[in-house]
Formats: sequence, C-alpha cells, structure tokens
Amino acid sequence: MTVFSSNSSGQSVPAGRRLSEADYQANFADIHTPLDARSAVVEADRCYYCYGAPCQTACPTGIDVPSFIRMIGQKNEVGAAGVILSENIMGGTCARACPVETLCEDACVRNTEDDRPIQIGLLQRFATDRASELGAKFFTREPETGHRVAIVGAGPAGLSCAHRLATLGHEVVVYEAQEKSGGLNEYGLAAYKMAGDYAQKEVEDILSIGGIIIKHGVKVGEDVSFAELQTNYDAVFMGVGLGTSKAMQLDGEQASGVINAVDYIHQLRQAEDLGKLSVGQNIVVIGGGMTAIDIAIQIKRLGAANVTMAYRRGKEHMNASLEEQEFALNEGVHIAHWAQPVSLHTEQGTITGVEFKKANIEGGETYIMPTDMLFKAIGQSLTPINMATIEFVKSYGKYEVDDELRTSLPGVWAGGDCVAGSDDLAVSAVQDGKLAALSIHNTLTQSQA
Amino acid sequence: MIDLTSNFIGIQTPNPFWLASAPPTDKAYNVNRAFEAGWGGVMWKTLGEAGLPLVNVSGPRYGAWHGKDRTLMGLNNIELITDRDLEINLSEIIQVKKDWPDRGVVVSLMVPCEEQAWIDILRRVEDTGADGIELNFGCPHGMSERGMGAAVGQVPEYVEMVAAWCKQYSDLPTIVKLTPNITDIRTAARGAVNGGADAVSLINTINSVMGVDLDQMKMSPSVGQQGSHGGYCGPAVKPIALHMLSEIARDAECKGIPISGIGGITDWRDAAEFMALGATNVQVCTAVMTYGFRIVEDMIDGLSRYLTEQGMTSVDQLIGAATPSVTTWNQLDLNYVVKAQIDQDSCIKCGRCHIACEDTSHQAISTEINGERGFQVKDEDCVGCNLCVVVCPVENCITLRELDTGEVDTRTREMVSADYQNWTQHPNNTMV
Repeated sequence: MTVFSSNSSGQSVPAGRRLSEADYQANFADIHTPLDARSAVVEADRCYYCYGAPCQTACPTGIDVPSFIRMIGQKNEVGAAGVILSENIMGGTCARACPVETLCEDACVRNTEDDRPIQIGLLQRFATDRASELGAKFFTREPETGHRVAIVGAGPAGLSCAHRLATLGHEVVVYEAQEKSGGLNEYGLAAYKMAGDYAQKEVEDILSIGGIIIKHGVKVGEDVSFAELQTNYDAVFMGVGLGTSKAMQLDGEQASGVINAVDYIHQLRQAEDLGKLSVGQNIVVIGGGMTAIDIAIQIKRLGAANVTMAYRRGKEHMNASLEEQEFALNEGVHIAHWAQPVSLHTEQGTITGVEFKKANIEGGETYIMPTDMLFKAIGQSLTPINMATIEFVKSYGKYEVDDELRTSLPGVWAGGDCVAGSDDLAVSAVQDGKLAALSIHNTLTQSQA
Repeated sequence: MIDLTSNFIGIQTPNPFWLASAPPTDKAYNVNRAFEAGWGGVMWKTLGEAGLPLVNVSGPRYGAWHGKDRTLMGLNNIELITDRDLEINLSEIIQVKKDWPDRGVVVSLMVPCEEQAWIDILRRVEDTGADGIELNFGCPHGMSERGMGAAVGQVPEYVEMVAAWCKQYSDLPTIVKLTPNITDIRTAARGAVNGGADAVSLINTINSVMGVDLDQMKMSPSVGQQGSHGGYCGPAVKPIALHMLSEIARDAECKGIPISGIGGITDWRDAAEFMALGATNVQVCTAVMTYGFRIVEDMIDGLSRYLTEQGMTSVDQLIGAATPSVTTWNQLDLNYVVKAQIDQDSCIKCGRCHIACEDTSHQAISTEINGERGFQVKDEDCVGCNLCVVVCPVENCITLRELDTGEVDTRTREMVSADYQNWTQHPNNTMV
C-alpha cells in the first residue's frame, strides 16, 4: 500500500487519497467557532442598542439587530431567534454565509470607536441554532385562503417566498430541478460554512409551517410547461438560480481539466467521501468573486499542492471582500492580480497551462502558468427556460422587476439571483422572496375583495 | 513614593487602608496574610459574649449582583458575627498584635445591650493589647433579630448609652459602626458623639434581597426552602455610603468626629473619594473577597502617585478636601447654565443620546446633520440635564459647556448673570 507522508495530522493516508480521514474532517469542519452561551451574553453586552441602528439598515432583510442582541443578553435566545426569523426565515444560513464584514458588521458603530464590531453574525447564529435545537416554533398559518401559488426554485428566494405565503394562508407548490431543496445553500456555499448538513435542517424547519409542497427533480420548461403553471395557479414566483457558467471564450475550454467552479463545488457538497474527489496538483482559478475564493480554498483544503487565483484586475476591484482575500491568502492560496487569460495550452485534449497577459501594462508581455486543473469562476448567467411564446422583459439576461418584484407578465413575480440588479447574496434573495410574497398576497386578497 | 502614614484617633498605620470587620478578618491566618500583603490595619471580625459559639447556616451565605461580564457589582451576606470560640479569638489577637506592632488591630464587638455584658467583654479585649474597639451597631441580619447590631444602631439613645459605657469602662479608643438602614444617619452619629465615641465608621451593609430564582420560584440565594434578607455591600453601595459620609462630615452636631469610610471601596480612587469627603481612613471588604488581599498594592501605589501629582505631602491633606463642595439643593446656583455639546469627531452615531432625550427628556437632540445620520444638540431645548452625557457610550464625546456671563440662554431667552442666586433668593420662591 502506498502511503503519503505529507499530511498535517500525521496519520497514514490510504492509497489514492490526498489526506487522512482526520484531515478531511478538520479541513471541512465549521469554519467559525460558534459562541457558547456565556460568550454570547458577553458579546451581546458590548452592543450599544443603537437607535435607528446602522446594522439594521445595512441588512438587506432589515433584521432588528439591536433587539435580537438585547434579547440574547437577557438569555432569551428563543425570543431573539423570533426577531431574526420574522424578517429573514433563513437567518441561520445568513448567520453562517453572509459577508457580514461588508453588511451589518461593517455598519456597526463600534467600528468607529474601537475597530471591533459586534459579532452580529455569530450572535445571530447562536440564537437561531439554539431555537432550532429547542424546536421552537414561531409561525402559525393564517386560515387557508384557497389561493394556490407556484414557485420555481427551492433556493433562498423560493423558500422565503413559500414560507411567507404559507404563513399568510396560501397553498404553495415549489418546483425544484434538483433532488434536494436549498439551492445554493445546499449546492453552492463553501462546505465549511454550512457544516453538519445545516441547509437541510433549515429547510426542514421552514417547511414545518405546513402548506408547502416541493416537487423535486421537476424542470419547468421541460417536465412541466410554464403555461401550465400560469393556468393552474393564481400566481407564479420565479426564484431560479443562475444555472449557466460563463465561458472564457478561449480555444481549449472543452479540454479535460477545465472545470466550472460551481459544478465542482456542487459535487463537493454532495460528496459522501471527499477523498474520492479528483484533485489536481497545480490549480489555477480564474475569477475574483466569492465563488473563486470558495473553490480556491476548498481545493487547497482537499490537498492540492499549489493553488493560484488569477484575476484580471487589482485587489481592490475584486468582488470578494478584502477579508475573504485575506482568508484565502492565509490558507496558502496565491492571488495573481492583473492576470488576463489569453490562451489555454492543452496536450491530447487535457489542460496543461494558461497563458496570461499582464493586464495593467499596455502591450504587456505574456507568461504561462502550468496547470492540471483549471477552474472557471467568472460568473453565471440565467439558463433560459423554455417559455414557449411567452417572454419576460429582461435586462442583461435577467428578469426585470419592479419594486414589488413583479415581472412584466401579469401574475408572475421573480426574485433572487435571476432578477436584474441582484447582488447574488442569499440574504437579498430571502428579502426578494419575502417582498414578493407580500405583493402576491396583496394582489390575491385584493382581487378577491 | 510618598509616605502614606495614617493617624486615625491615635492609631498610627503605614497607610489608611484597613480591612473591615468581616470574614476576611475572622482569624489570625487571614489577618497575617493581609498584613503580609501590606494592609495598614484590620477591624477584627466581631466578637460576641463568652459561652457557646454562635452557629452559622451551612447553606449559602453570599449572594451577588453581577454585570453581564460577571463583574461583581454588589454582594450580600447573611453571615453572623464570629462563630469561633472567644478564647481562641482573643489569644490570636494577642499574638497578631505582637507580630505586627506597626499595624492597626481594632476589635469589633457586639454583645447584648446590658451594662455588665459590655464591662465583661471590654476587660477581655483590653488585655489583648488591641489598638481600639469598633462597636458593631450595623449588622442588619440575624443579630438584629436578637436585639443587637442594627437594632441598636437604629436607636440613637442606645448608641449613646453603649458608647458611653465603653468610654466609662475602658481606655480603648472607641469607634461606633453605623447602620445605613435608618432614615437619617446623622441621628445615630450624634448619639455616638454624645456618648463620647472617638470616631464613627460607615456604612455597614444595607438590607437586601438579591433576587428571585424564577425556575424554583423562591428568593435567591436561599437556605433550603427559604432565604432571609442579607446585608448589601460592594461597588453598588458606594454612592449611598458617600452621601451618608458627607452628611456626617458636614453636620455641626457631629462636631467633626473622625470618620472611617466604608462602602464599596475597590481601588485607590474610591478610597481617595471617601477621604476627600471627610474619611480619615477607609475599610475594605468586598473587593478583597473578590480579588484577594493583593489589591492593596495597587491602592498604595495609586494613592501615593495621586497625592504626589496633587502636590500633597501626606494623606491628612486629602481628608475632607472636597467636603465643602457638598451642599443642599437650596444652595445651588440657579444662574449656572450649561448646554450639552457633541464632539462630532468622536461621535459614533449610535443615537442613544437622541432617543434618551427624545423619549424621556427635552427633545433637544436632532438626528440629521446636512441630510445625513448625525446627532446635534438644540441649544434652545437643552436644559443641561446631563442625561445624554451619561448614556453616551463614548467617554468625553458629549460634554457640558458652561455659558459665559452675558451670553443668552436660547432656551430661556435670558442673559446669563454673573451673580450667584439660589432658590432661597429666587423671585419665584413664594415660601421665603
């Protein structure tokens, strides 16, 4: 049996695997240590309970942050969770995956004072986890209205919309192409942000309201037509994700070893055995957003020897926050700035290297980075749904909606990543779903009256 | 380092930091450790009559009020006076005084209000070589139910009577320890003065129930199924102690009787405040029960540096230095006008000053500056109450600015006068 010696735990590594079982577990365990009861109270006590709090304004779902933190300080975690979930039914995921350093925690007045914001994300997680452990229930359904709403996509936008509609007494059927619910929470977020199958646990909590049916493995436009949804339901909410990875438009993109980052992460998140994932030695990641960071760190943690993120502009232009970049660097990921890929080098249909141009120098020279695994993380676009003759007004390939998330088609709402102007954050998708549900509810109940 | 030598009614100690009569001074072992750490003197834990020792509860004796970070803000106790044999206590006092001739050892006493009982105990204490006695007329729990402690301290005539016995039957300097569980502490202090006491010490602990255990639905802490009130002390009681101290220090009938200050003293700054309001020395208990005896090092160092900075050469110069600044409301200058002002550079825009003023006071703080979130005082509504200053989480961000003479107070539209005018001189006062 071949045994590798290079693994951090010092345990023997079986043949064909990069790391020992202990290393896989450690590398993909929860990235943030949750607060314990005492540190939560102490941290909550640091909160100034601001009036018109900037953190609340900064939260896309408008969670009353000072109130929930004050409740934690009074050891009323369940009440705190109620405050969170009433605005953001995916408060648990957002507590784990939100880029808090650019949202609530960035707005915290403590930054001005001592550069140490309240750990809002960790406090939110403490409250929502505790409430979930205790099986606390916060919502009861209004009397049934008899209205039926179809939702396309069981991701953050779709489930948020479904939950709010169900609470208001409507009956909801969600069409989900994948085998599991959760969308990017289940298939896209970095594994160490969603440790312990959290996405499914949260979905379970959301569905416990009742009145929501999810049809898995059903693709709208293929298995069921959009027209059918329009006919059979009183309203339709489009909460689909961005299914198509953008191409680099370079020759050789079809070569073996050139992989869409989101596809690999999807595979990783569903892997029963991380040791069975294929991992190259010299990894190049093209892109500068969160997905690029996530794939770079995860492939490194899977045992890749060298990982380089290549981004065509400077560090301040990257979509990934400075904190995320710092995290990647600390993980041993190399970040190359001003690196514009100009061609792919392949041998016998397999990637061997990427040629870059120095994008910040006019007529700059090119250089080659050897690679056996190239990840594309340059964004995704909306996969067109076969709508037959029906077409939405779109801009930049996404659905155009008004401030109530209404599309140009009567009776059809849309929210989340699929709408124009979205910021691709789960928390914003949740807000879209919530607002759309309220708009749908108003429309349905007003037309009745 | 400045010499902190303290002289309290003739008892000379290397510093004015004493340990109050309490569990930390119950036996030689603790007292020796305290002196090794540097404490100037101890009030030996209260001795009672000869005979079978008292019995304390074997359940919880202490309860506490904590800040969110577990800072101990207040402590209460239901411990009685010493439950050790009188003879053991006396022999230990003799030895300790021999071993530590430069430190103060005063013995706290509590026996029934009978002349003979006091004569008996006084003789025993005189034989120990102790520097003085402190009459425990303050203990508010347990002993008071037996007609001693606070039950005596609440009746000025009893205070006077027992103090007089002590002066009559012994030559020991006599300190009367006062209870705060009384409407006007000056009446008890005057009793001590009239009885011939050499000094008073205050405050003893305050009647208190620390809380209720809402799961078990019973007061907390409790001894089995029930609890009883205890004596409250620690940082939380300091303002109450300072008030009572200043009342006695300013009372003509108390005739400048020396005062030993007690009540939540935790560091040198607390001690200096007590002394500035008239205490000759201070006694500490809760702070050492929280952190151990070693805190006296910081107290010695801090007080010494402070006195040096102030250009003082002895602790005596500090005693009572701030007493004249305390007066009655009727004497306050009604022509003194201040307005709050917010330093925009240090403001973190939490909005607490605004909501406190808006909801509960004078609607004098606005929420926008040039269309952006920002907080500013409206002078025309500000009464200078200081609420915004105390709720602001940033120290010195909001301050009070004194209006100059001749400046117009935009709230009252009156010019600020240079003349002092108090309520007794005010035209609106029809009681004059």
